[in-house]
Amino acid sequence: MISTAPDYRWPEAGSSRIPYWIYSDPAIYAREQERLFSGSSWNYIGFESEIPAPGDFKRTFVGERSVVAARDRDGHIHVFLNTCAHRGVQFCRHSHGNAKSFVCPYHQWVYDLKGNLVGVPFRKGVQGQGGMPEDFDLASHGLVKLKAETVNGAIFATFDQRMVPFRDYLGDSMYHYFTRVFDGRGIRVLGYARQIIPCNWKLMFENIKDPYHASLLHVFLVTFGLFRADQKSDVKLDPTGRHAVLVSRKGEQKATEGTAEMRSFKADYKLEDPRLLDPVKEFPDDATVVMQTLFPNVIVQQQSNTLATRQIIPRGPDRFELVWTYFAYTTDDEAMVRRRLRQANLMGPAGLVSVDDGEVLEFTQDGVKANPTMNGILEMGGRDRADTAHMVTEAAIRGFYDYYREVMGL
Amino acid sequence: MNPGLDLSKLTPIELRLQVEELLYAYADVLDNGLLDDWPPFFTSDCLYQIIARENYDRGFPLATMLCESQAMLRDRVTAYRQANVYSPRYFRHLISTVRIVGIESGIVSARSNFAVLQTLVDDKTRVFLAGRYEDCIVIDEGRLRFRQKLCIYDTLHVPNSIVHPV
Ligand code: FES
Ligand SMILES: [Fe+2]
Repeated sequence: MISTAPDYRWPEAGSSRIPYWIYSDPAIYAREQERLFSGSSWNYIGFESEIPAPGDFKRTFVGERSVVAARDRDGHIHVFLNTCAHRGVQFCRHSHGNAKSFVCPYHQWVYDLKGNLVGVPFRKGVQGQGGMPEDFDLASHGLVKLKAETVNGAIFATFDQRMVPFRDYLGDSMYHYFTRVFDGRGIRVLGYARQIIPCNWKLMFENIKDPYHASLLHVFLVTFGLFRADQKSDVKLDPTGRHAVLVSRKGEQKATEGTAEMRSFKADYKLEDPRLLDPVKEFPDDATVVMQTLFPNVIVQQQSNTLATRQIIPRGPDRFELVWTYFAYTTDDEAMVRRRLRQANLMGPAGLVSVDDGEVLEFTQDGVKANPTMNGILEMGGRDRADTAHMVTEAAIRGFYDYYREVMGL
Repeated sequence: MNPGLDLSKLTPIELRLQVEELLYAYADVLDNGLLDDWPPFFTSDCLYQIIARENYDRGFPLATMLCESQAMLRDRVTAYRQANVYSPRYFRHLISTVRIVGIESGIVSARSNFAVLQTLVDDKTRVFLAGRYEDCIVIDEGRLRFRQKLCIYDTLHVPNSIVHPV
């Protein structure tokens, strides 16, 4: 008889197997919230240019926990929990705006732009009656503050006050790729796209750490040579395995030895309006695609000239919100901005490529949730997590689970 | 259709009926999977966007789907048929509150509300997107066509993917 209850024991084969209970079990999900998102990790928050002026704020999430990033009067950025210190009210309900202070609507406790408690109505009582105890100390009842760091215009935050600097958290190789896109040029947000994908959040990370699927699932990538297994590629991981980058160079729409096994390759597929695929070289190296997964909550995308961050917000074991922030550089000319906006058709909730992923991830959740005692197989390219100069590998997913198991104690 | 159609000769009521008929015929085509008949609702130099209300209101140019010509609409149809992977589904467009908001140099500006219901395998029928159309309609080759169609959706989170035009 097949048991349907997980025993929380990882299969003996290690990270070359994934037990399906990790995608649907509520206890595992709760432990992830605590140890991964609220643990020793740098979480993506947004861009400095989203909150350029004093008082500007942005509401977002670290794991399931809502946080606010605000710029104070001195221009410094603070990130704090969007949960009132009094009784837990999520006081900020606007996705963005400008404020002098944050006033909780329930009993109107007032917080400054740094998250400090600066006012409590009726603190001294009314007509000599009531009020807070004499020794009630405003300074020790501020909002929970996260440690924040900005890196060339991108904001990251952590609940761990003793967290190592972002650069050390990434490691040299990952920092190189991160600063390839975030190289210090000004970031101009072109817009947002938000979708709910009905699957466990980890499946999104696995998807972007899995170059193997791209040459098989995506007609658009394979046919037009945007990302294909027979092109010069690299898969690289940081020393812990938690972050990874997939790098590739554009090929052509012509059959090769490699395309023979790719059913998605269509030699006669044509665009009637080819402006969609009109990429120009803009980075010093020859890579045309760099997809970076930064643990635990963001994917940095460069596909041709479309640039975006994809933030992962878990919404329970079986769904997550994916927030795409598309951007350009402030130095781009109008033609480049148009090109980026046009190529954005490849990605996002209506993306000619990413629609396939959203759908297949939903199919995956439907399969794994009903079969928690079964295991997935991760043996493409071997069983280790060494960097490779090709994309016929699942090494980056194995690396992710090496780290995941360590932090989760699994 | 009608080569003699002349906007300036229509009464407001007649114009409104023409525009409503255009919108309802459009919905009919989409809901019945007649996607080959979808691009001809647009002029060859059309602009079609499915855009989040958040971006539209804040002046961000990003559209979730952007087509800058009738040819790009046809490319979307081809992708829907030959490229993308998705589970089978039904769509149902509900279009209401149709209003003509202006006519200038042969361009009719019309606004209407839409709700798109989606029915997926193993699931009940759900509201997929709700929002409004901002349309610029002209006479082209004797019939009304969209020169511009903005599908501005209120829905904050798209339920998974937009696999099909709206
Ligand atoms: S809960 Fe916020 S002031 Fe009381
Ligand atoms: Fe993919």
